[in-house]
Amino acid sequence: MDAASDLLFRTLGDPARRALFERLAAGEALTVRALTEHSGVSQPAVSKHLSVLRRAGLVEGRAAGRETHYRARAEGLKPLLGWMARYAEFWEARFDALEDLLKRMDQ
Amino acid sequence: MTDAGTHQATKSIVVEREMPHSPEKIWRALTTSALIADWLMENDFEAEPGRKFQFRAKPMPGWKGITNCEVTELDPPNRLAYRWGDGTESDSGLRTLVTWTLTPTPGGTLVRMEQSGFRPEDEAGYQGMSGGWPHILAGLERVAGGL
Repeated sequence: MDAASDLLFRTLGDPARRALFERLAAGEALTVRALTEHSGVSQPAVSKHLSVLRRAGLVEGRAAGRETHYRARAEGLKPLLGWMARYAEFWEARFDALEDLLKRMDQ
Repeated sequence: MTDAGTHQATKSIVVEREMPHSPEKIWRALTTSALIADWLMENDFEAEPGRKFQFRAKPMPGWKGITNCEVTELDPPNRLAYRWGDGTESDSGLRTLVTWTLTPTPGGTLVRMEQSGFRPEDEAGYQGMSGGWPHILAGLERVAGGL
């Protein structure tokens, strides 16, 4: 539908990333090390998934000492959730496109 | 905004913008199939009351990319309404009404779009999300699982 939803779908379409996100969403902030421990995935792979989740706005990291603690960002899901939020975004963009068309039309 | 008079409380999205163009010109953009395709979506719209038509977009998980519509009101160049969704296109059964109102202003036209008929479950998710993770993730599983 729109770029933001597209990115979210692609990001969460990967089962390993979805599992990471769900784990963070279920509780407190965790480090890469803690996230790796029970995941059955290597630490570099977890780091890579986290950076993808971060780019999509689904996860944020906070440095604490030498480690970074990651937590889920509920707001990141906004474009995906609920028809109302999606349509509000959709219509704003369509109004822009309508104005653009009107500029190109003859009287 | 809540529509009165329905059994279930429903909500609307309203977008309003003043545009420096005449109502007649904007009406053409709203009711000419090729022009609608330019700014909204591919369609087989015709400006006739009762006309059934479809908007077509790229399919997504849980949605076929088609929106079934029906013209319910046509009052050029002031008011246009069509049903948006008949409940069969997506897993969620969305059924709304889109109403366009064009009001002349000194500088052009006030364009108002109201999409009404959203049920409480259509806005579910973001509000009160902190307590609603299990629900959200269940929905997410369904949506993302289609990929």
